[in-house]
Parts: sequence; C-alpha cells; structure tokens
Amino acid sequence: MTNNQNSIQSDEANLEQRETAGLSQSQIIKRRFFRHKAAMISLVTLLLIILFVFSAGGIQLGTQDQPIRLPGWWQWTINDIPEIYDEGRPTLDLIPPFIDGTGMQIGPHPFGQDTIGKDYFALVMRGAQQSITVMFVIGLVAATIGTVLGAVSGFFGKWVDQAIMRFTDLIITVPSIIVGAVIGVQIGNLGVFFLAIFLGLFTWTGLARLVRAEFLSLREREFVDAARVAGADNRRIIFKHILPNAMGVVIVSVSLLMSSAILLETGLSFLGFGVLPPDVSLGLLISQNQDSFGIYPWLFWWPGLFIVTIALCINFIGDGLRDAFDPRQKRKITKKDREIAKAAKAKSVA
Amino acid sequence: MILFGATFIIYNLTAMSGDPLADLRLSTEENAQLLLELQTEQLQLDIPAPIRYFLWLEGALGFLWGDFTLGIGLDGAPVLTALSLAIPVSIRLVIVATILSIIIGISIGIVSALRQYSRFDYSVTFSAFLFYSLPIFWVAVLLKQFGAIGFNDFLVDPQISLGWGLAICAASGVFWSGVIGGSKRQIATTFAMAFATTGLILSYVSATRWLSDPSLGPIVIALTAVGIALGITQLSVGFNNKRALFTSLLIAGLTPVFYFLMQPVFDDTFTFELLLLLALLAVVVGYGIGFIFGGDEKAPTARTTAMVAFLSASLIVLDRFMQDWKIYYEEVTFGRPIRTVGDSTLELDANFWITGIDVFTHLILPTMALMLISLAGYLRYSRAAMLETLNQDYIRTARAKGINERTVVMRHAFRNSLIPLTTIMAFDFAGVLGGAIITEQVFAWRGMGTIFNQALQRIDLNGVMGVVLITSISALVFNLIADLIYSALDPRIRVTK
Repeated sequence: MTNNQNSIQSDEANLEQRETAGLSQSQIIKRRFFRHKAAMISLVTLLLIILFVFSAGGIQLGTQDQPIRLPGWWQWTINDIPEIYDEGRPTLDLIPPFIDGTGMQIGPHPFGQDTIGKDYFALVMRGAQQSITVMFVIGLVAATIGTVLGAVSGFFGKWVDQAIMRFTDLIITVPSIIVGAVIGVQIGNLGVFFLAIFLGLFTWTGLARLVRAEFLSLREREFVDAARVAGADNRRIIFKHILPNAMGVVIVSVSLLMSSAILLETGLSFLGFGVLPPDVSLGLLISQNQDSFGIYPWLFWWPGLFIVTIALCINFIGDGLRDAFDPRQKRKITKKDREIAKAAKAKSVA
Repeated sequence: MILFGATFIIYNLTAMSGDPLADLRLSTEENAQLLLELQTEQLQLDIPAPIRYFLWLEGALGFLWGDFTLGIGLDGAPVLTALSLAIPVSIRLVIVATILSIIIGISIGIVSALRQYSRFDYSVTFSAFLFYSLPIFWVAVLLKQFGAIGFNDFLVDPQISLGWGLAICAASGVFWSGVIGGSKRQIATTFAMAFATTGLILSYVSATRWLSDPSLGPIVIALTAVGIALGITQLSVGFNNKRALFTSLLIAGLTPVFYFLMQPVFDDTFTFELLLLLALLAVVVGYGIGFIFGGDEKAPTARTTAMVAFLSASLIVLDRFMQDWKIYYEEVTFGRPIRTVGDSTLELDANFWITGIDVFTHLILPTMALMLISLAGYLRYSRAAMLETLNQDYIRTARAKGINERTVVMRHAFRNSLIPLTTIMAFDFAGVLGGAIITEQVFAWRGMGTIFNQALQRIDLNGVMGVVLITSISALVFNLIADLIYSALDPRIRVTK
C-alpha cells in the first residue's frame, strides 16, 4: 500500500517536472488553465454570450434622456411595443420536428412578450448587457483600488498599514444596498455605468486584505533586497518586483468578485435600488414579473437563466485560474498520462 | 471607533439619498402643511444631517447611562420597539438556516473529500458552483411556485405517480452508492438496496396517503431509534465497542416505553420551556446511562448514548407534532399548508403543537432558499479543509500505527478539519443576518430586513440606522468570537498585539 503510494507520488512528480521543463512561469500557468476543461468551456460560453448579447441588442451609450444608439441585428428594441402574438408566448422552438411534430423556428418573439407586449428577447438582451457591464466595471474599479491599497498597506506596514486597514474595516461595514440606494437616487439616470463605478468603490475590501497579506510575506524575500541594493525605488519594487508575484491572488479573487458583483447588481435591482425603470436589468425584470409566474412563466425563466449562466461561467473560470496559479495543485493523473509515463520510463531504461 | 465612522457615513449617505418628506410635500390634503411641520419638528429635520447624526449618536450611546433611544421612525413609532419585534423573527429564520446548512454542508463536503475525484465528488463540486451562482430572489420565487403552490396542489391527492417514484428511487440509489462507494459490485448492491428501500417507503406513503395525515406510531419510532443507535455508534466508537453498542441499543429499545409514558404529558398546555427541559433531561439521562455502563471508555460511550437518547426523544416529539397536523391542515389552513407569506399566521389561538406546525410551515420555504445559498460555501470549504487535513503527516502516522480507517477519519481528520471552519461559521452567521433582506422581502416576513428595506425606501433615517447598528455590532462581535475560538482551538495561532 505505502510502496504503491510512494511510486505513484514519484510518478506524479516526474510527470509534472517533465511537462514543465523549459517553460516560463506564465507558460506553465497558461497550459494548466487551458487544460482545465470546465474553465475553458465556461470561457468560450461567456465570450459567446457577450458577443451575442451585445450584437443582438445593439449598444446604447450616454444617459437615459439623450441616448446614442448603435443598432443591433435584432428587429425590436426595448422601447418598441409590437402587437401581441400568440398571447405573448415564446416562439422559440429548438426541439427538432421528429420529436414534437412542429418545426424548429425562432419566430417573431423567441423569448415571448411581456405583459404590455414589449419584445422580451430585446429586454433580456439589454438586461444582460447591463449585468455584464456592471460585472466588468465593478471588477475593474475594485481590482484597481484593492490592489493599490493592499500593496501600499502591505509594503509600507506600520502606521500606513494601520490607517488603511482601519479604513477597510470601515468600508466593510457599509452595506452595499445603502450605496446602491444613494446612487440610485443621486445619479440613477446616468445609467448603469456610474452605478457600477460607485459599487466598485465599496467592494474592494476583501481583495485589499488578500493583497496585503501577500505583500507582507513577499516583501521579506531576497529578491526584494536584491532590487533595493540595485537601486530601485519603492514604486519600482512594488509594481515591477512584488506585484507580478502577487498577480495570482489578484486575478483569482477578482474573478470571484465579478461573479458576486453580478448577483449584487441583480439583487439591488430586484429590491428597486439599482437600475431603475425605464431602463432594464435582469434583476428588475424578475422583480417586475414575479407575481405573474403562474400565467407567464417565461417572463421569469429567461432573465434567471442568463444570470445563472453568466455567474456560473465566471465561477468556473475563477476556479480554473486558481488551479492554474496554485503551484501545490496536483492534477489528477489520468490513465493516458500514466501510459505515457510508463512508455517514457521504458525508453529511458532501454 | 469603526462603528462610529461607519454609522456616520451611512447616516449621511442615507440622508443624501432623498427627501423623507417628499410624499407630504406633494400631498394635496388640507393638513399636509401641518403634518410637514410636525414631522420636521419630531425628526429634527431642520438640522443638517451631519450635525443631526450626533443627536442620534447621543441617543444610541444612551444605553451607557440608561437613556437608550434610537429615535422614532417616519410613522411615529419608536424604532426600538419595531426592532425588538423584528429581531426574534430574523434570528429564527437565520439560526435554522445556518445550522441546517452547516450540518448538511459539512457532512456532504467531508464525504466528497473522502471520495476525491469520484463521480460523487464531481457532482458535489458542480452543485456547489451552481448554488453559488443562483440569485437568491430567483430561487425564492421558484420555491414559492413549486414548493408551495405545487406541493399544496399535490397534497389534495397525495399519490406519487410511477414516473416520479422511479426517478426519486433512482436518485436515492445514485446518492447512497456515491456516498458509500467501494468496488463496482458494492456500488451496485448499495444502489439496489437504496432503490428498493426508497421504493418501499414511497409506496407506503403513497398508498396510505401518509402526507395528508402523517404519523409515526410506536413501531416506526422503535425501528428508527434502533437505526439511529446503530448509525451513531458506528460513526462515533465503532461496532467493536460492544458495551457502547448494547447501551445505545438499550436506549433505543426503551424509546417505545417512553412514547406511551409521554403521551399524557404532551397535552394542550405544553409549553416551549417544558420542551427544552425534557430535551435536556433526555440528554442527561442518556449521558448517565452511557457513563454507568461505559466500562473502560466512559466518556465516548456516554457521548454516544446521549446523542442516541436526544435523537430518539426528538422522534417522539416529532410524532406528537404529526398528530396535530390533520387539524392544522384542515382547520387552520383549509388545505393549503405550506405558506408563502409572512412569518406566522395572524391571531392564531392554538395549543403549542399547532403553533409549532404553523411556525414550521412558514419557515420551511425561506429556510430552504437561504440554506441553498450558504450550503455552497460550506460544501467547498469543508471539502478543502478535509483534503488539507488528510494530507497532514499526523494522518499518515495514525494510519501507520494501524488505527482503523474510521478512527482516522472521524477522530484525527474530521476534528482537525473543523478548526478553520469555525471562522467561516462565525462570519457566515453575521453575514446571513444582514443578507436575509431579499428573502424576507420575497416571503413578506416582518424581520429586520423588511424594516431596513422599508426605511430605506422612505428615507427613514432612524429606521435604517437601527438595523445597521445591530448588524454591524453583531458582525464585530462575531469577528471577535471567531478570533478567540480559532486561537483557542489551534495552539499554533497566537493573538499578539
């Protein structure tokens, strides 16, 4: 038993070494990430969703009052009210004719129409755009603030660290729902972009703590001393020497932050504090239609489906990134790997 | 200090978010102007917000000198009274959800770690990700639709159709064979046994319409108690400890006797305090019996028997609740037992048992919604913690000494993997307390989340601040508790300051 385990462990070590020989750190990480099946599938799905959603609905910039629109390929927009077709039922039919007898078709309203007749496909596309925008903006803002504050706090230590960490504690206590409410009233009509920026200003705390912890341990390492002896100033040490080493932590936690950001935005909109009508958001769509579930179930399913898919994709990507960045992570040895290892061993013996 | 800064920010942010008197300003009633002045005076709205904050702070700090007030809400009622009504409601919701998700999450997470890279492990990991990505309001609305409306419709004629029955049996088979694992043959046997058992239970439930008039009766209670005794003994001390096995079987055998003894005690005048007392008594008696008959290993045996006694006693109480289910079902809810709105039936004047059922039917859906979300975290963390522990040197040492696998897993690995989880539990409890806002909104509970939500919508500063004060204090307290427990459990960690 023990003997067997030992040989398996050394096999694993050999395999790992042989695979990574002659590769730089970033290449190893890339390879590990590309091999993570769930993460790759999620990445492709997410990119397709983004492409689909933005090209279908068109892009709307500017404020709600003076929008600048780039039209998409879908025939309706969120402001059109076409006539009710088939009681607003979804016309999308993806089941092939040999199962249910009707043909596959997209129809005039693939996702159905809402209670006043607006095309639901256009609404959901617009909502998904909003959610994706919020997700990326919050991620970007929080990543920047969190990384910089965490880096400064961990690198300089002492009173700087104390001050920044107390400030972080303070921000943590402010519920994001209050921030959302305040922004909703103050600049609600400026659009989802500003909502996201302000939410980002309050969601960087977890990241800052992680980065700080990483910096605390990294700044004691020899390469930092070497850089200092070579005459590098603090800014250069932080950004050129330590930060690249802490990138793993940043990337992973930003991806997790983004998935919680999308749930935060939809939750806020659901409560009526985030995106306000007449603009559209996935959370708002669900909140508006939750009572008509029995009669118009599709009004409820589509937005939820998009939220779950996007959040799930991001979570899997985050998981893949974590595995790729974690040097202790051992991947499962498949049968094929073992055969290759055996063949290589036989070769070297011969 | 943090509390001071945070409340200051929140106060001013909320004040900035709008005009609390907007309704009255637009009102066309004759006395609008008068009301406006009255409100302004009552809430001191003529003072600018940053300064008004200190007036609020003075009231909030009042508990130091016995003059505690959190001000009055827009509707003129003191915030403190509203909060004192809401806090028990919120806590009831949060405690049940948290405890259940801790128990279920940790046990499944640990089994999944023990069967790493198996199909069971992959499906658990995938479901954890899925639960993590679910928006809680969406889950809640779905539960309302299928858990309440669907289930209530089903209860009218509780016959389980063949297709569903087979599906449930197969699901149970897959689950148990995944949990128990082993060779292909073992997996097949477990699958068949789980399939058959579930099938038997389901057909019994369906044929006797058990769901519309559930009961356990002394025979089922006795059988389940024996099952519990076997299970607990196997998990905690193993079958090799004959004394422990016989003692817990003895307790299980006594359960039907207690069933008949307890029936007259469980009358209409029963109270919650009495229930707590009896639970305590069951534990003490169980512990005592275990201690007396424990032989060389008194403490482990006593722990086992105490658990068996407690669980068997719960069965008897459960049965008593079930006896009143029919009354509740027909007379209180008129055939729609699972509730989607509110935290309890208003003006329900009934005995302890029916009130208990009432709490249960209101609690079940929001608890499931909350549970599903926090379950994901526990699944992932406990799996990671268990894997980490299983890789430690002391586990290898324990195995090398020849200790059997059950002791290695339950005593050496499981207990140590719980240490990092305590921190998460503390955080989670504080987090859920604030995070129940959306759930309370969907299910129309009158808890703290609802107060907060309504106050925020009406820009009722004092209402918002009351809830914020409580949640941030509880967050701070739980953080402190987490630190203390962690350093007490893990001697490698020392709090230095």
